[in-house]
Amino acid sequence: MLLVDNVSVEVGGKLVVRDVTVEVGDGEIVALMGPNGSGKTSLAYAVMGHPGYRVVKGRVVLNGEDITNLQPYERARRGLFLFFQNPVEVKGVSLRDLFKAINTSWRQVEGVDSLLEETAAKVGLKRELLDRGLNEGFSGGEKKRSEFLQALLLKPKCLLMDEPDSGLDLEGVRLLADYINSVAREGACVLLITHYPSLLQLVRPSRVLVMRNGAVVASGGVELVDKIAREGYSSVVSHNGL
Amino acid sequence: MGFDIRGFELEELTGVEYRSRVEITGRVSRSLVEEISRSKKEPEWMRRLRLRALEYFEEAPAPQWLPYIQRIDLDEITTLYTKPDVEVASDWSDLPEEVRRIYERLGLPEAYARYLAGLTTVLDSESVFVGVKDFLRRLGVVMVPMEEAVQKYPDLVKKYFSRVFPYTDHKFAALHYALWSGGVFVYVPRGVRVPYPVEAFFFLGREMEGQFEHSLIVADEGSELVFIEGCSAPRLRRESFHDGMVEIYAHPSSRVSFVTVQNWSRNIINFNNKRAVAEEGAFVEWVEGSIGSKITVTYPSTVLRGEGAKTVSTLLSISNGGYIKDTGSKVIHAAPRTSSRVLSKSIVANGGLSVYRGLTQVNKGAVGSASHVECESLILDEKSGSYTYPIVHLLERDADVGHEASTLRLSEDQVFYLMSRGLKRNEAVSLVVNGFVRDVLRKLPFEFASMLKRVVELEFEEYGGVG
Repeated sequence: MLLVDNVSVEVGGKLVVRDVTVEVGDGEIVALMGPNGSGKTSLAYAVMGHPGYRVVKGRVVLNGEDITNLQPYERARRGLFLFFQNPVEVKGVSLRDLFKAINTSWRQVEGVDSLLEETAAKVGLKRELLDRGLNEGFSGGEKKRSEFLQALLLKPKCLLMDEPDSGLDLEGVRLLADYINSVAREGACVLLITHYPSLLQLVRPSRVLVMRNGAVVASGGVELVDKIAREGYSSVVSHNGL
Repeated sequence: MGFDIRGFELEELTGVEYRSRVEITGRVSRSLVEEISRSKKEPEWMRRLRLRALEYFEEAPAPQWLPYIQRIDLDEITTLYTKPDVEVASDWSDLPEEVRRIYERLGLPEAYARYLAGLTTVLDSESVFVGVKDFLRRLGVVMVPMEEAVQKYPDLVKKYFSRVFPYTDHKFAALHYALWSGGVFVYVPRGVRVPYPVEAFFFLGREMEGQFEHSLIVADEGSELVFIEGCSAPRLRRESFHDGMVEIYAHPSSRVSFVTVQNWSRNIINFNNKRAVAEEGAFVEWVEGSIGSKITVTYPSTVLRGEGAKTVSTLLSISNGGYIKDTGSKVIHAAPRTSSRVLSKSIVANGGLSVYRGLTQVNKGAVGSASHVECESLILDEKSGSYTYPIVHLLERDADVGHEASTLRLSEDQVFYLMSRGLKRNEAVSLVVNGFVRDVLRKLPFEFASMLKRVVELEFEEYGGVG
């Protein structure tokens, strides 16, 4: 279970997230929607522990433990995973290197090489990209597939998924939706960030939150998704009287 | 010798900023130089060479290009020549136990037993172990301490010694020739391909000491040799000074690879003068792993003197902490269709400074020559710096000269990304560093690649503290 409890986040002295509360239970999918720049990614970075995204108020609780002051690696080792919207390039460090390092450091898994190759095939990531620098010259879709592959291998208990579908083709989106539905069925909690409603036709969240200017401005059931798809964000905001 | 490379070292360095010039104080007395020569029972020509070099040293201007060295006081280097109280041995068990133990800690007896064809170790100013395997002897390869070569092969030594790197090049070269002691002479006969590397290992055991070893490698026509140079010193309280020299003469169609793994302790000011001449169709390779020392100044250089000669330099330097690496490769294309390739990588962290100072010169008439230089640096934090001063002298239009330089600054976003996958900060940094050096390690002999990889890992193990 993930609890973002009345959290405010500052970046370079500027408040980018204000008093946000989100609760995602085990086996639950919660959608976080909102236009560009509404603070969704900042919230995800803060929950994962990016040092540049300071939690100045509130706390983050994972499975009953306050993780607000933990290092990103400590959060990861407790089962938290951030599916990056736009993962950074790391020259000279390939997915294979990364997983060998993970294996030496904290997660001993047999046969990493063959596992990587099987998983790459499963998510439709070209095999040669396993040996290129992380995200180096990857297309938008390839970056998403690389994130997807990492999620599959790390088997997290709680996923922060930041626009996992943008740049993916239809087949990719379907694969991803199947994955999200199945991990939720198996008991993981999923916070799904998107501002396109398309993925949410395949993954039906139990709750939907809408952010704007750093704050949650609307919340409701899945019917919000359909309304946003038809009438845009302003419709749900005004409907809720904000 | 029909070529003149006098003055290059200083000429190319104009225009580079400096705060203050090096001041070399203190004197090297004529009587000390005479004493060194006498104790080595040198022939007259060598004694005269030393004294001429000394005169040049006294008159030569101090180098102007090293802004970070304000002063080198030779009077403070109390021992410019130290003969250890050890007889030269060819069997480890003949060495005094305390000396043998130093080498055992460095893994040298094992390396010699496993994969070296020959090994010379220099302790302070003199060779103390010279091992040459029988097959190397049967191939007619000569590998002896430099002093012994002066006695036993005077004609051969006279023909090459100080011809590749004359003492008139710069002040430190002159100082080196006045005081040289220790080092190894290797001669590979025509057509002989030495199947295993030979190694020379230099150990500086005392503080306020100078080491001025001289190595000379002559590869006759069509021969092949891999030479490994290792350097180490214990952590001393005060500085010591290393001003060694390597001269390589590669005859037509020969191949010489010279691999250096420099891991001096942090008190050593290291000047390493390295130059090769490559004749027609010859190939000279420099590999330099520059890990230790307080300050290192070294520019492995090749004069491509014969048509079709080639050279490749692969340099890796690490400045972790307030240490300085001033390195680079210099190539002079002096004949048609010669080619050179330089790959330099440097890593700076915790206030380290790295300078790439390279030279590519294509002489008039060296038509169809090609040169490619690639410099990359990885900067791990804001306190550290990296500078590139590539110099190109293009005197021939019909030549293809390229230079690429890039700087990678480790970003907090990269570290965060890797940490979000469960890696601690130091593990994340290590991963980036290893990725950065990988293509250099790939060019090294296996033993050295794995050793260097371990050194690099250890160097950054504690980087950024835990987590």
